Amino acid sequence: MVPGIKDILMILPEIVVAVAACVLLMVEFICRKNDRAIIGVFALLTAATAACISIYLMTTDYMGGVAFAGMFILDGYSTMFKLIFYLATILSIVLSFYYTREEGIRGGEYYTLMLFSLCGMMVMASGRDLLTIYIGLELMSLPVYVLTGFLEKDKRSVEGAMKYVILGGFSSGILLYGISIVYGITGSTELTAIAKAFGEAGGLTPVLGLAIVGLICGFGFKVAAVPFHAWTPDVYEGAPTPVTAFMSVGPKAAAFAVFLRVFTEGLVPVYEHWQFIVAVVAVATMFYGNIVAIVQTNIKRMLAYSSIGHAGYALLGLLPATNEGVASVIYYMAVYLFMNLGAFAVVVFMRRASQSGELIEDYRGLAKNHRALALAMLIFMFSLAGIPPTAGFVGKFYIFMALINKGMVELALIAVVASAVAAYFYLRVVLLMYMKEPVRTHITAESFGVGLVIAVGIIGAIVLGVYPGYLIDLIQRVSALI
Amino acid sequence: MSWTEFYNNHLLSIIIFLPLVGAAALLFMKNERLIRWWTLAFMVADFMLTACLVLKFDSTTHKMQFVERYSWIERFNIDYYLGVDGISVLFVFLTGLVGWICVLASWTAIEKRVKEFMIALLVMQTAMLGVFCALDFFLFYVFWEAMLIPMYLIIGVWGGANRIYSAVKFFLYTLAGSILMLVGIIVLYFKAGGSFDIPYLMEQKYGFGLQVFLFILFFVAFAIKVPMFPFHTWLPDAHVEAPTAGSIILAGVLLKMGTYGFLRFSFPMLPDASLFFAKPVIILSIIAIIYGGFLALAQEDMKKLIAYSSVSHMGFVTLGLFLFNKNGIEGGILQMFNHGITTSALFLCVGIIYERTHTRLLGYYGWAAKLVPWYAGFLFIFSLASLGFPGTNGFIGEFLILLGAYEASWVYLLFLIIGIIVGAAYMLWMFQRVTFGKHRPEDGHHIEDVNLREVVAIVAFLVFVLWVGFHPLEFLNIMDDSVAHLISQVKGEELLAEAAVEVAH
Repeated sequence: MVPGIKDILMILPEIVVAVAACVLLMVEFICRKNDRAIIGVFALLTAATAACISIYLMTTDYMGGVAFAGMFILDGYSTMFKLIFYLATILSIVLSFYYTREEGIRGGEYYTLMLFSLCGMMVMASGRDLLTIYIGLELMSLPVYVLTGFLEKDKRSVEGAMKYVILGGFSSGILLYGISIVYGITGSTELTAIAKAFGEAGGLTPVLGLAIVGLICGFGFKVAAVPFHAWTPDVYEGAPTPVTAFMSVGPKAAAFAVFLRVFTEGLVPVYEHWQFIVAVVAVATMFYGNIVAIVQTNIKRMLAYSSIGHAGYALLGLLPATNEGVASVIYYMAVYLFMNLGAFAVVVFMRRASQSGELIEDYRGLAKNHRALALAMLIFMFSLAGIPPTAGFVGKFYIFMALINKGMVELALIAVVASAVAAYFYLRVVLLMYMKEPVRTHITAESFGVGLVIAVGIIGAIVLGVYPGYLIDLIQRVSALI
Repeated sequence: MSWTEFYNNHLLSIIIFLPLVGAAALLFMKNERLIRWWTLAFMVADFMLTACLVLKFDSTTHKMQFVERYSWIERFNIDYYLGVDGISVLFVFLTGLVGWICVLASWTAIEKRVKEFMIALLVMQTAMLGVFCALDFFLFYVFWEAMLIPMYLIIGVWGGANRIYSAVKFFLYTLAGSILMLVGIIVLYFKAGGSFDIPYLMEQKYGFGLQVFLFILFFVAFAIKVPMFPFHTWLPDAHVEAPTAGSIILAGVLLKMGTYGFLRFSFPMLPDASLFFAKPVIILSIIAIIYGGFLALAQEDMKKLIAYSSVSHMGFVTLGLFLFNKNGIEGGILQMFNHGITTSALFLCVGIIYERTHTRLLGYYGWAAKLVPWYAGFLFIFSLASLGFPGTNGFIGEFLILLGAYEASWVYLLFLIIGIIVGAAYMLWMFQRVTFGKHRPEDGHHIEDVNLREVVAIVAFLVFVLWVGFHPLEFLNIMDDSVAHLISQVKGEELLAEAAVEVAH
């Protein structure tokens, strides 16, 4: 079937990003070695352009629907996720300007790789066919593997990249295995066809179980769910901080986008068979992430475990398999974007000269002389802990609403206990900043860009907590997957 | 819209958010003197407004007054919904009163990071007022939890030597209780057909099993706040380490929120479960009264002594409330108010003497009658009020609770009287050790008597000690109708249930 003009228009944002990324690779050759930041500026503009196109496509009634014979879909759901990706990419690029200068990262392909990864995420969010989804997933992952190893002089970075590539390749293999079994059972890789086939032959067979496990392994790896989380701390610690920030909100959200779409659109007829597995994974993820985070001494590692914990909450939103559940996960990802990127922006802000800014001890007494920065970190920490009136609370509240509406009160109770545990290590950072005397003077970045990202994070973490109505309405309207 | 109209329609919003406005403005100030005066001005203004609220309050109805309602999160039917009845209006007033006294109490006691401290106080004030005014369960919860952040900082940054441990303990303890309540709130929301509207939720009927489940979830949250035995262990730590203002807020307002929670949520929404659990709760209260009293008796640290006396006194309150008769509940509510006044005043007294001597150990006092006679005089009155001496506010509250207890069972009376005797013992002993002890300060050590700023704060409390003590009717009248309504909400259901059983037979 020949794709029509409408099909092409619908993937215009993806085309823009992919073409721009290819062109920027060429630009790098004609660019002088010290001017590579210009590539970052172009990358930023590309993401912004794509965002405008996406918003335009969403607001015109003519567009939307399925393209390329069901391989691709442009709907509100994917657009919402894409907006999260754009914002994650843009903010991470802004963080990178300062960080690359400070660390002496020269390669302009740094920004190009981010764009490729962005393109992969967008394909994932819009994929309606397991193959499209898989291609998007790989396109997203491969550049991130490379980005992780960008601090080639730092052993941790190289180690993280190595682990990530090997484990990532392994998990992709398992995912492919799951996909192929699904194809074997249903004779299709397209989600609606899969749902239809499952709807006709409902019963649990060993093969179906294997397929479900394969898919959960593959996606669980990308969202960093226990027991597929082992890569997360090392990769988060080793990667350049803006890249850590990027992958903790972008690729993670993308993985949730496909997780939700595949399980609530394709596998919803066999709901009762995967629900229990996901529930176990979610509970294990929450507790493991939140408990292990308590003993960390490196803030990037702590945030890595915190991100594992948050993946657990978001997985809970998948369990009800209702539109409300889906909406709650999107909201959670939007909230997480602001508060987590904000927290990482503070970490970047603390990176200056000989001060790594990565040790939690580095924050000791920060409130004494850097009031604004400490206050920002305080807001992010309380938001991550889910204390009102911050956005993190509304995110959790929304997920609990979805759970309890479906009668899963026990899971909600377990989740709140986990979040009480989590409060401890977020509090510890606040405690160090406010209640201890500094042992040495802090030096912080003098960068407008990083400050801007922190400001955006604060605004997001407060506005989405105090006035969540608008975004909730919007998400609720677009998230009708089932 | 004119100013008066705005004032008339949004009085509660103004009261709640005025301190927050003050806090926002403080962000841009540098001069510490200005910061103190600015905070005091906002707190006093806020107190004036709460006084206006009480004056304008119509005590002939149990209905919610000064209601404001706007849609907030439409999707979940969450409203920005405020209102006060005869029970909550008292605590709004108490919060307003405690607010500016806290500023006075920290005038010289807080020397470092004054700006942050005052911001924390003001934010705290907003959250506390919000808790008492909220008529939407979600809104209530937001205020309830938002209090944790400033309180954590107040204890942890400006507290004593072991402040960090206490702050974290306070935070985690209260958080653990409240988030269980959150689950209960959401369950209630769905059972009531999708509403967080508190008056509406009170009118619904819930099955007994559900009520018991919700009662337990709510109970943990409220009992930790009160704090009831055996959830009280955070309290002495928090009180001892907190700065004076922090202790005053804790004793004056925060502890009241637990019992307020019972009154506002557990009783009217879950009447069957409340009656079902009345006995166990009363037993816990009696344990708190006697155990708390004996613990207080054993303390060497003046602040710790008063902290444990709080456990005992709050036991009187919970006992009174769970008697479910008019005297018990009115006595309980009045005693909440009284405890807020008296214990805050006592903590203020501890703060005053600590500022001068930098010790809280009773063994190092004993010269108060000689060196600081005015101080000793004030302390004497507050000690009497705390032990329930006739003519003071404590007497009225405890007497009403005793009446209520007698109506229910004479056994309760017996335990209450033991509690009162122990209470008299530790308060008088404390007073004696502070004023007429043997210890003398080192030679030439001059200790100042109370200054004007402190007298103003003390007299503010003193006015209410005597006012309630000699003429409690004003206070009882305010809550009368609301309490009658509350009892009908709880008991009415029981009578109906009995009738239904009889019909079934």
